[in-house]
Amino acid sequence: MKKLILTTAALALCTGFAMADTVRMGTEGAYPPYNFINDKGEVDGFERELGDTLCEKAGLTCEWVTNEWDSIIPNLLSGNYDTIIAGMSITDERMETIAFSQNYYPPAASAYVAMKPDADLTGVVAAQVGTIQADYVAKSGATLLEFATLDDTVAAVKNGEADAVFADKDALAPFVTEGGEMGWAGADVPLGGGIGIGMRKSDTELKGKFDAVITEMKADGSLNTMIKKWFGDDAATF
Amino acid sequence: MFATCTDPSQLEGLSWLLCYLTSGKHMLFYGSFLVVLALMLITAPVALAFGFGGALAARSHITPLRWLGKGYTAMVRGVPDIVFFLFVPVALDQGLEYIRHLWKCPPTGQPVWANGEFNVCAAAKIPLSTSPQIWHEAYGFALAVVAFSVVFGAFAANVLYGAMNAVPRAQLETAEAYGMTHRQVSRRILIPQMWTYALPGLSNLWMILIKATPLLFLLGVEDIVYWARELGSTKSQIYAYPHPDWRVWYFLGLLCYYLAMTRVSEIVLSRLTAKLSRGQATMAGEAQRKMAGGAGA
Repeated sequence: MKKLILTTAALALCTGFAMADTVRMGTEGAYPPYNFINDKGEVDGFERELGDTLCEKAGLTCEWVTNEWDSIIPNLLSGNYDTIIAGMSITDERMETIAFSQNYYPPAASAYVAMKPDADLTGVVAAQVGTIQADYVAKSGATLLEFATLDDTVAAVKNGEADAVFADKDALAPFVTEGGEMGWAGADVPLGGGIGIGMRKSDTELKGKFDAVITEMKADGSLNTMIKKWFGDDAATF
Repeated sequence: MFATCTDPSQLEGLSWLLCYLTSGKHMLFYGSFLVVLALMLITAPVALAFGFGGALAARSHITPLRWLGKGYTAMVRGVPDIVFFLFVPVALDQGLEYIRHLWKCPPTGQPVWANGEFNVCAAAKIPLSTSPQIWHEAYGFALAVVAFSVVFGAFAANVLYGAMNAVPRAQLETAEAYGMTHRQVSRRILIPQMWTYALPGLSNLWMILIKATPLLFLLGVEDIVYWARELGSTKSQIYAYPHPDWRVWYFLGLLCYYLAMTRVSEIVLSRLTAKLSRGQATMAGEAQRKMAGGAGA
């Protein structure tokens, strides 16, 4: 009898915590406009607004956590946070270790940026480590130079270490439009299957909730409005 | 912080800079200096305790204890530090959560480690997912302190072991001749005298500890290096205070900080050395005696 009461109490305790449903949202905080740390020191950007909206609609309490891009998947698997919402493209390779929600951002173009438009794109090309762009550069025959953050890759082109940088076009755009000294080089390359929320494969319930809300936001057009707000009117929408 | 800072795009020159340097993000940067100081001030005594235990164990007459002490120093000294910095927090975190899992979770039949995932029930998480972010940060910091202490403790153990062996045998024999027990000899003669021999090695470790604090960044603690890199990187118009790549200025600031820290440490350590050498049967102690004698004559 005593054992039964204990087990029930333990069960009640566990479900009690499960019902509180705090979801820890993991992001990088260094990839504007997807996600960045604003001047107040808080996580901001398209994914912050989207994530907060998704959580509100799904009835979840969400807490934002930043983590280095490099270790973002291992730390999800060891349970430091429950989702990756960090501009992560859905790829077959990543699907082997984690699950993705359906995409909340359509397959985006990647682009080269260099100091001069006729830069040698088969020379030394910088890319952020562990991205689909780094993968693409390695396969393109160019010499791949990897860096921990997007900012480091751009700095490598500015100081002549690399001939060009290859990254997500939306993330690179501010360096071209505001910097003045760098420009687009070569043609855009469509990569990946869109951007989705990464989750542990065992978290099927959470995946179901996010998928349902993303479907709803795609249908009522509110997701498109949000994309246009952060990426401009020319951005690809659903 | 100031009322004039509400619209940064209208500011120029010095007032822009003043508002920029007092933004919420900069306050977090200044706060992280305290985190680094706290790490050093907490780690140093904890590592010293680890080292003391290790050295005493290595000198013990009980064989398993001696193996433990020697094994600890040999293992940590032989394996690259970075491996321990990455391994200790993860192993400790998962180990603690696993113990709590056995205690708190109802049996599910699911393995805890499966498909590269580590899954314990919500009640076994440390800290709980529902607890405020500050506890998550404090927990991460505590794991970092343990990792630093394990590594620096092993080096300190070796330094103290050497220092204990360096105390002249004649001193200990005299104490034994007075009829003191083994324990009394250790407490009254060996330990007070060994510090003067241990200090050069320990001061090296302290300097290395100061310069190793950027490793906090590897452990996911948002330290000064994290914030310097984050604040210095190129800021586009999406931020309230756009600016080009300023990382070099932030890192220059860190350079000054570390130089100041090592300089202050050097001054304090040289005073401590002078104090500990007094009346010791060492060259420094002899020199002090001659100085004092010369002044008296």
